[in-house]
Amino acid sequence: MELYSDFKRKDDISRLASIIGSEVKKPVNIMEICGGHTHSIMKYGLNTLLKDKINFLHGPGCPVCVMPLKRIDEAIEIADSPGVILAAYGDMMRVPGTDSSLIKERAKGKDVRMIYSPLDIIKIAEDKNNKDKKIVFFAIGFETTTPMTAALLEEVIARRINNVLFHVNHVLVPPPINAILDSGDNLIDGFICPGHVSVMTGSGIYADIPLKYKKAAVIAGFEPYDILSGALLIARQINEGRPAVEIAYKRAVKEGGNKKAQTLVDKYFTIRDEFEWRGFGNIPKSGLKLRDEFKNFDAEYVFKDKLKELRLKSESGQRGKENAACKCGEILKGKCKPDDCPLFGKACNPENPVGACMVSFEGACAAYYKYRNF
Amino acid sequence: MNKKKYERILLSHGGGGKETSELIGGIIFNGLYGRNGGSGDLHGLHNRHNDSGFAVNTSGQKIKLLDDAAVLKSPQNIAFTTDSFTVSPIFFKGGDIGKLSVAGTVNDLSVMGAKPLFLSLGLIIEEGFSSEDLIKIIKGISQEADKTGVMVVTGDTKVVPAGKADGIFINTSGIGEVLYDGLSVYNITPGDIIIVSGNVGDHGAAVMSQREGMEMDVEIESDCASLWDMINAVLGGGITVSAIRDATRGGLAAVLNEWAMAAGVDIYVEEDKIPVNGSVRGFCELLGFEPYQLACEGRAVFAVKPEFAEKALNILKSHPLGKNARIIGTACGNNNFGAETEGAGQAGGGRNGNGQELKKLKGKVILKGIYGVNRLLDYPSGELLPRIC
Repeated sequence: MELYSDFKRKDDISRLASIIGSEVKKPVNIMEICGGHTHSIMKYGLNTLLKDKINFLHGPGCPVCVMPLKRIDEAIEIADSPGVILAAYGDMMRVPGTDSSLIKERAKGKDVRMIYSPLDIIKIAEDKNNKDKKIVFFAIGFETTTPMTAALLEEVIARRINNVLFHVNHVLVPPPINAILDSGDNLIDGFICPGHVSVMTGSGIYADIPLKYKKAAVIAGFEPYDILSGALLIARQINEGRPAVEIAYKRAVKEGGNKKAQTLVDKYFTIRDEFEWRGFGNIPKSGLKLRDEFKNFDAEYVFKDKLKELRLKSESGQRGKENAACKCGEILKGKCKPDDCPLFGKACNPENPVGACMVSFEGACAAYYKYRNF
Repeated sequence: MNKKKYERILLSHGGGGKETSELIGGIIFNGLYGRNGGSGDLHGLHNRHNDSGFAVNTSGQKIKLLDDAAVLKSPQNIAFTTDSFTVSPIFFKGGDIGKLSVAGTVNDLSVMGAKPLFLSLGLIIEEGFSSEDLIKIIKGISQEADKTGVMVVTGDTKVVPAGKADGIFINTSGIGEVLYDGLSVYNITPGDIIIVSGNVGDHGAAVMSQREGMEMDVEIESDCASLWDMINAVLGGGITVSAIRDATRGGLAAVLNEWAMAAGVDIYVEEDKIPVNGSVRGFCELLGFEPYQLACEGRAVFAVKPEFAEKALNILKSHPLGKNARIIGTACGNNNFGAETEGAGQAGGGRNGNGQELKKLKGKVILKGIYGVNRLLDYPSGELLPRIC
């Protein structure tokens, strides 16, 4: 496993940094959409390395960060039902809902399981001790993880497993980007587009960025070399006045993406009219749900009576409200940075996170806190 | 104990009666003191120790078995420590919970300059636990104890109902004779050189990669080992050592942060000098961990006076457990880090993280990254949870 070092070599990074240094005339504002990019930028100090040339703004691409409180409340409510095993990714476990988190519920004795891959759920479902249980998968993530959820459902159907349900929270990358650009009120010159999402979707989903909004869009991988290559291509597009979608991650991303994954997602999922994003509110056509013909696998349908009261409370504002001082919403839109928030590192830190961006390891605030530069 | 009769540990094995006696005699005593190297394949109580009623360990120490307490000759200055061990999986590449329970306590004594002499062994076993696994664990304890010349002189065994424990929990306490006194975190002063005795994060990565549900096929072995021999070589080599710590849970990052806070110094370490196995780094990249925050079970961190740094490093490198030892950084006055290094130009230059605010922080650990940017190496906190994508 030496791949980890090939895209980090000090000489390559110094050379790229000096090319960027000579080609960038005035500082470029780049939003990296994905939390994985934010994490790499902070971990390797790329923002400090390029501090007079590139101003990195951190976007809404951390699926844990953008999950609204009310969806976590729903997962907790479902976990509270008798005979339910709630399965979730590790990252999601700590995220607080209105008054608890899945990890706290687990400590209280609820059956909450951390899984590494959706297919782990098959093992849980087929365990003879769990025959009478309902296994509910709290499915989250962008276009990268949706195909894995679809593959799980396909396998569940093929094996005639009848005790697996899905609480679907899958979201899409382009709608919040359009929402940020439509608001007009931003500094962004170009975007570093998420690498892993693009492996699945291909580059077509970013077409609006140069066409409609005249901004640069470059797909990049997550290693320092990838990120700097992406930044350099954006700088060149700006210098040459030709906004376009480009791929700086050709070892993984094809223009058309992964057709098999796209077909699988399309088979089981359809787009919701709207979905709530933390910090943004409702964004039209930004989330996915199971198609009607699979509603018997849909936890929102199966538990609709149980969730009814909770939903009424969320709608009336009794639950699911964010802390007013928290600037996560502004941070996710690239309008300010974590250390501009008055709570950062004081009332809000990883042990006691106030806002979503501090809760998830991939969140911008958590990355700033963890990798504080000097 | 008749293996066919008792393939699994039963509640009655903890009941204090005949079965308890069979368990202690057949598996534990025989594993620890048996003449046949602790294979545990035994039959009666009378076979498990020599005729005089004593067990004798490799260094000739004698201990009377089955009394309510061990009666020991105590040296002048003793060090005393205790540690409990719960690990999943119980058997992992490079060791098992038994080996770990000896090495962990031996290392806690060793880093205080104390030669490990005696151990207690407390077992809490879940009903239904495999007798064969227990035999393997006791064998691991016996072998590791023999390696260091430490002797298990007292113990206790309890069996709890199925579901009330995760297989087996072990507690060991240890007594050691202080041969080198005065080692303390409070001795660390600016200028001290920080040395680590080998690759960091191996144990954490080995255990996590084999955990149920993860089961990643990576070539990582735990570094689990007793360090007395190596530490004795350094301390006996005329080196002025301020403090030693074995990096366990929380890894290197926890040790350095504890030192910085307790001694009121900043500690400046350079990322490209910290030895990390390539597979461990790859494993961490994949899951979003930092190798510096993963557990080690056979690595010591030394703070030594600068004039002794090279000599200490050479002694470590000539010991089999210290082959990959490296000097990784220095202790320094507050914010006086890296003044003479090329990364210094970056200090205070970062847009993020309130550079000036951070400078007020006392007792912090600064990591000079591979591109020369300085950042905080934070104290690990919370449960290590793998990221989503």
